[in-house]
Amino acid sequence: MTYIKPSFRHPELPVNDLGYTKKAYEGAISTLCAGCGHDSISGAIIQACFELSIEPHRVAKLSGIGCSSKTPTYFLGNSHGFNSVHGRMPSIATGANMANRDMIYIGVSGDGDTASIGMGQFVHAVRRNLNMMYVVENNGCYGLTKGQDSATADIGSQTKSGAPNLYEPIDLVTLALDLGATFVARSFSGDKEQLVPLIKAALSHRGFAFIDVISPCVTFNNTGKSTKSYDFVREHIEATGKMDFVPMKEEITTEYEPGNAQDVTMHDGSVMRFLKLDQEFDPTDRRATYNALQDAKEKGDILTGLLYVDPASQELHEVIQTSQKPLRTLTESELCPGQKALDAINAGLR
Amino acid sequence: MKPTNTADPEYFHKVVDCQYACPAHTPVPEYIRLIAAGRYSDAYLVNWESNVFPGVLGRTCDRPCEPACRRGRVEEEPVAICRLKRVAADFKGEVKQRMPQAPFAKNGKKIALVGGGPASLTVARDLAPQGYEIHLYDAQDKGGGFMRSQIPSFRLPESVLDEEVGYVLDLGIDAHFNHYVESLKDLLAKGYDAVFVGSGAPRGRDLNIPGREESAANIHIGIEWLANVAFNHISKIGRRVIVLGGGNTAMDCCRTARRLGGEEVKVLVRSPFADMKASPWEIEDAIAEDIPILDNHVPKEYVHENGQLKGVRFEKVKAVYDDKGKRTLVPTGEDLVFIEADDVICAVGQENSFPWIERDLGIQFDKWDVPMVDKLTFQSTLPKVFFGGDAAFGPANIITAVAHGHQAAVSIDLFCQGKAVGDRPAPGTKLVSTKMGIHEWNYDSQVADDARFAVPHAPKDKTLKDRKMEVELGFDLQTAYKEAERCLNCDVQTVFTEKLCIECDACVDICPTDCINFVTAEEDEAALRAKLRVPAKNDSQDICVSAPVATGRIMVKDENVCLHCGLCAERCPTAAWDMQKFLYSVTKASQVLKAG
Repeated sequence: MTYIKPSFRHPELPVNDLGYTKKAYEGAISTLCAGCGHDSISGAIIQACFELSIEPHRVAKLSGIGCSSKTPTYFLGNSHGFNSVHGRMPSIATGANMANRDMIYIGVSGDGDTASIGMGQFVHAVRRNLNMMYVVENNGCYGLTKGQDSATADIGSQTKSGAPNLYEPIDLVTLALDLGATFVARSFSGDKEQLVPLIKAALSHRGFAFIDVISPCVTFNNTGKSTKSYDFVREHIEATGKMDFVPMKEEITTEYEPGNAQDVTMHDGSVMRFLKLDQEFDPTDRRATYNALQDAKEKGDILTGLLYVDPASQELHEVIQTSQKPLRTLTESELCPGQKALDAINAGLR
Repeated sequence: MKPTNTADPEYFHKVVDCQYACPAHTPVPEYIRLIAAGRYSDAYLVNWESNVFPGVLGRTCDRPCEPACRRGRVEEEPVAICRLKRVAADFKGEVKQRMPQAPFAKNGKKIALVGGGPASLTVARDLAPQGYEIHLYDAQDKGGGFMRSQIPSFRLPESVLDEEVGYVLDLGIDAHFNHYVESLKDLLAKGYDAVFVGSGAPRGRDLNIPGREESAANIHIGIEWLANVAFNHISKIGRRVIVLGGGNTAMDCCRTARRLGGEEVKVLVRSPFADMKASPWEIEDAIAEDIPILDNHVPKEYVHENGQLKGVRFEKVKAVYDDKGKRTLVPTGEDLVFIEADDVICAVGQENSFPWIERDLGIQFDKWDVPMVDKLTFQSTLPKVFFGGDAAFGPANIITAVAHGHQAAVSIDLFCQGKAVGDRPAPGTKLVSTKMGIHEWNYDSQVADDARFAVPHAPKDKTLKDRKMEVELGFDLQTAYKEAERCLNCDVQTVFTEKLCIECDACVDICPTDCINFVTAEEDEAALRAKLRVPAKNDSQDICVSAPVATGRIMVKDENVCLHCGLCAERCPTAAWDMQKFLYSVTKASQVLKAG
């Protein structure tokens, strides 16, 4: 009987710039079903944070309700966490972010938590360009309540219940683009080679970074007639390109064939090096992304990889010109600047 | 790379590091689990089947299993395997009734065993239940050979040895004690179907440096001196004693000297401390008894006055290693060091000696005057004569002698049936799933965090006064349980079935020691090892390579630091991973204990 992860690790585990091994970024052992895609996404977040040498205490993990929203317990056990009400994670994230802009915010949600009960919250976080990474662990069903079709299930897709889904799916990627999202990507839980660099880029992006990760539900939605099964996704997956994420302090050393590589410099000086599979595609061109998504849809492909990024994005704090410092660091003299400051304001209004 | 053939009995055997390293291949995790379950008699019998002397070995084994233990690669110390064996012996109940009961129906074949040590007794144990008439000859008045004459009672109580030698002799062995075999020719003339020579390496090496003859009265040869102590011929030694040598015999000599009146006992070794041949724990025990070990001292002269030993003069050296790591001891040029002594014990090695084997019988000897013996069959160039233990390939240890005994018994059995001795039966293997439920296995899969527990010792002021008082007290049952739980159950194998895998990565994500990888194939093993999540740098440990899974990738598992925790199998949604218990039984003449 386990449910207990041994404390021993490989003695030759690499250490990052902070001197930590990956173990410092692990969480509690997962209680999700064996083989759940969500666990792989947790693994990818652990790997990305380890590789970025993020100090665990600088991260806040936020989630709503659902299988996906349980996962923050299973990664970054040394970080802050807030498990909110169903679908209300964006509100909590907004509040936290407004109060302390120095933290790194990781929101984890599911297709139910985002595309159904939390839709009204999600869209506003996107349009405000809240500075956070928002991951949807998308399995097309309500796993926690025994696998009913969710709002992202494709027409005709069948879960274990055996009845085909009758309704149009909500495509969260297109929706996010429509709402002006400044970083949009799609990936697959079974492809860490793609997912880990995407998470690293999303964490380095200034603004709302949205990743829709298809994450098969092995228990209810991994059937032969599901469009979110391991097999179906593997057969239909297409990538916009391959991406390397090079942090600011590192030199770009890998050489690529000219013409294929497109570098996107992030606000902190890090570089996303994007290796195109399709010459026409440009991830900084919103229209190109729409076209690529539409083409893939017509072909029945699932387009993954980095879909859109706006490196000049202005996040919410910049837009509304909030305090440069976290609120908790403000002193009484800053909060109550006194009569002189008031007089100056009043004078400005005369 | 081709997929690993896990059906080869040696593949999984090698994963069980302790068992693989044991010359007799005792199924270590199997008996450790039995100890944890409180089944001490069963644990004892698993040992007895495999190594014949669990109580003796649980105190004195050279424990090649422990440096091999996987636990030593994930934390500081290996499992205290040897001392757990002793627990089985200390706390067992009635076991004799479960052993084969003489008399056995005779098969008409007659075997002679020369020497009554562990090798001969193992041959006797394996063959007697098959109906062989076995005559054992030994010059001592009791069986046990060097286990009796060389291992001091403070490490191995006589009662423990008597009991385990007794289990073998009671199988209807015709023992001729106080009978030194003077001529192999005469022995062969008695019409034996086969003869096994397990006469050990009985000659202690001497050190012929100036002053040897003049000081003879106070210079003792280590193994002879220990035997004289064991048989009560010697009960005293001088106040100041020098022991020459750095092996386990030297450690036994110095500690024995402390008990016979030696107040200032020193060990002097030619080599650097780190190169000493003695087992680290025996060195520790000697140091704990206030015995300094001076390394890099080469004895040059026994200093004497009027026929009375005064001490030994030493030259100080340092070790210099060449490119190939070969060591030379080079004098430092410092003045010679004189160390006073009343007695010197010379424990600088021992060697084989066969004055009783006539050289015209057809047994070929090599240039070192050692008989030529086949390494697999233990047969000499005279087909009916077999060798084993120290007599075969020079001094080793008890567990090696037992291993030789098993293999010689196989050969003798085949030979007596007129079969080719090179045609060995295959080892036995069993591979059975341990799955009991979703998170349940029939072994304790949870990995205990405890550091190795130390075996308590009796107080020094008491043990130094009585050479027969055992120093180590053995584990109590609570500590034994905790120590047993440190075992990683390496015999419970991670078995992977490619066609069931859906590549969800759950095993990769959960594996605490990053052993599991799904990668694109490589032709070259070194290239494959280099590209794993944590590169597999320990070449002595295999990697397990699967056939391609659906995406064409292969699963590669580095066996090196796998904790056998079973989490890969618990997190696998399709049971592509399973934890299966592998039991390897070394080729033997027969299974002595009946299963069940």
